Amino acid sequence: MPAQSIWTLLSWGPEGWLDDIAYGALITIALALATLPIGLTIGFFIALAKQSEEPSLRLAANIYTTVFRGLPELVTLFLFFFGMPILLQHLVRYFRPDTTVDVNSFVAGMIVLALIFSSYASEVFLSAFRAIPKGQYEGGYAIGLSNWLTMRKVIVPQLLRIAFPGLENCWLSLLKDTSLVSVVGLAETLRNASIAARVTKHAFLFFGVASLVFLALAVLSSFATNAILRSLGRREAQR
Amino acid sequence: MSAAATMVERPPPRARGWPRRRIAGYALVCLWILFGIGIVSYLFLAWNPDFFAKYAPAYLRGLGVTLALVSISMVLGAILSVPVAYGRMSKNRILSGLAYCYVYFFRGTPLLVQTYLVYYGLGSFRVELQSVGLWDFFKDAFNCGVFAFALNTAAYQAEILRGAIESVPRGQWEGAASLGLHKLQTLRKVILPQALIVALRPYGNELILMVKASAIVAIITVYDLMGNAKLAFANSFDIQAYIWVALVYLVMVEILRHGVEWIERRITVHLKR
Repeated sequence: MPAQSIWTLLSWGPEGWLDDIAYGALITIALALATLPIGLTIGFFIALAKQSEEPSLRLAANIYTTVFRGLPELVTLFLFFFGMPILLQHLVRYFRPDTTVDVNSFVAGMIVLALIFSSYASEVFLSAFRAIPKGQYEGGYAIGLSNWLTMRKVIVPQLLRIAFPGLENCWLSLLKDTSLVSVVGLAETLRNASIAARVTKHAFLFFGVASLVFLALAVLSSFATNAILRSLGRREAQR
Repeated sequence: MSAAATMVERPPPRARGWPRRRIAGYALVCLWILFGIGIVSYLFLAWNPDFFAKYAPAYLRGLGVTLALVSISMVLGAILSVPVAYGRMSKNRILSGLAYCYVYFFRGTPLLVQTYLVYYGLGSFRVELQSVGLWDFFKDAFNCGVFAFALNTAAYQAEILRGAIESVPRGQWEGAASLGLHKLQTLRKVILPQALIVALRPYGNELILMVKASAIVAIITVYDLMGNAKLAFANSFDIQAYIWVALVYLVMVEILRHGVEWIERRITVHLKR
C-alpha cells in the first residue's frame, strides 16, 4: 500500500497531482475554445453552400459532411496526425530535402475537431436557415439592402437565436471529444490523469477526478449558455 | 382550397453562365475529385500484396469484434435503458433524481474517460472483485469495453425512450383507459407502437454513434477494426493501414444510415398524405 493518503495525492504542489490536472483542464478548455470559432465559421459556410441553388456547391458540401460525420473521430485524428506529416514531408522535400516535419498535437487536434464540429454544426445551421421564412430575405432586398447586408443585419441575428440550442449540443460534444486528443499525446485533463494513475497506482481515483472535471465543464457551460440565451431573449424583447 | 393555394409557383429559371457561386462550386467539387483520385492512386501505387495478405484477415476479424461489441452493448443498453427511463418519468423524487444523475453523468463525461474508469479504474478494486468472483470478467479488455459502452448507451437510449413515450399525447392514455385497458396493456398496444416510430431515427443515430465510438476500445488494447489498424500501422509505418480502416468505417456508417432511412420510409407509409 502506498504511504501517501488520498488527500496528499490530490493536493496542490510537487507531492500532489491536482496542479497537473488543473493545468490539463486549462488545455482542454483552450483546445475547445480555439476550435469553436473555426468550426462555427466553416459550419456556417457549409450550411450556406448546402442551401444554395447551385447543385455543384450542394454536392461539395454534402460530401464534406458525409465524410466527416461518417468517420470515427479517432480515425480522423489518427489519419491526420500520422498522414499529414508524410504528406507535408513530400511537399517540403521538393524545396528543401532532409527536413523533417512534425505536427503539433494541439494543432492537429484543433484542425480535426474543427472538421468534425463544423460538419455537425452545419446541419444545425441548415435547419435554422430553413426555419427563416423567405419573406425576411425579400424584405431585406425590398428596403435596398445588399445580399451581404441582408445576411448580416436580417438573417444572421435570427439564425443565431434559432440555432443556439443545437449549437449548444455541438459544443458539449466538442468538449467531450477533446479527450480523444490525449491519445496523440496532448497533455490535457485525461492524459495528465492517466499519468497520475500510472505513477500512483490509484487509477479509479484519478480517472474519477478526470470525469468530474469534464462534468464540471459541462455544468459551467450550461450556466454560460443559459446566460447567453437570456441575453438573446432580452434583446428580442427590446424590439 | 382557394385559387391562390392551388396555384403552383414556378421555380425560378436556372442561372446561366458562370456566376461566382457556380465557379466556387465547381472548384470545390474538383478539389474533392482530386482528393479522391489522390487517395485511390496512392492506394494503387502503394499496393503491397504482402501487406494485404498479412492484414486483410486481421481486419476482417477486427470487423467481427467491432460488430459484436456494438451489437452486444446496444442490446444490453436497451435492456438497461428501460428502468432508467422509468425512473426518469417516475413521480418519486428519489427515483427520478437517481435516474437523472445517471443520465447526466454518462452523457456529460467522455466515453473514453468512462472506458478508462472501467478498464483501469476497476483494477484498484481487484481484491474486492476477486472475492465476489467478478475479477475474471473485468480482466478482459473486451468485457470492460462492453460494460462501459452498455452503461453509456443505456443513458442515451433512456432519454430516447422517454422522449418518444412523452411525445405520445395524453389523450391516447386516457382513451385506452376508458376502453378498460390496464397500464401495461396500454403501453404495449397503444403507446409503444406510436412511440417507436418517433424513436426510430434517434435509435438509428445512436447505433451509428456507437459504431463510430467503438473505435475507442482500440486504446484499451481490444483488437477491433481500429485496433488492428493501429497494430498494422505500428508494424509497417504505412499510412494505408488507416486509409483502409477509414473506408471500412465510412461504408459501414453509410449502409446503416441508408438502412435506417429505408426502414423509416417503410413504416411511415400510413402517415404520408
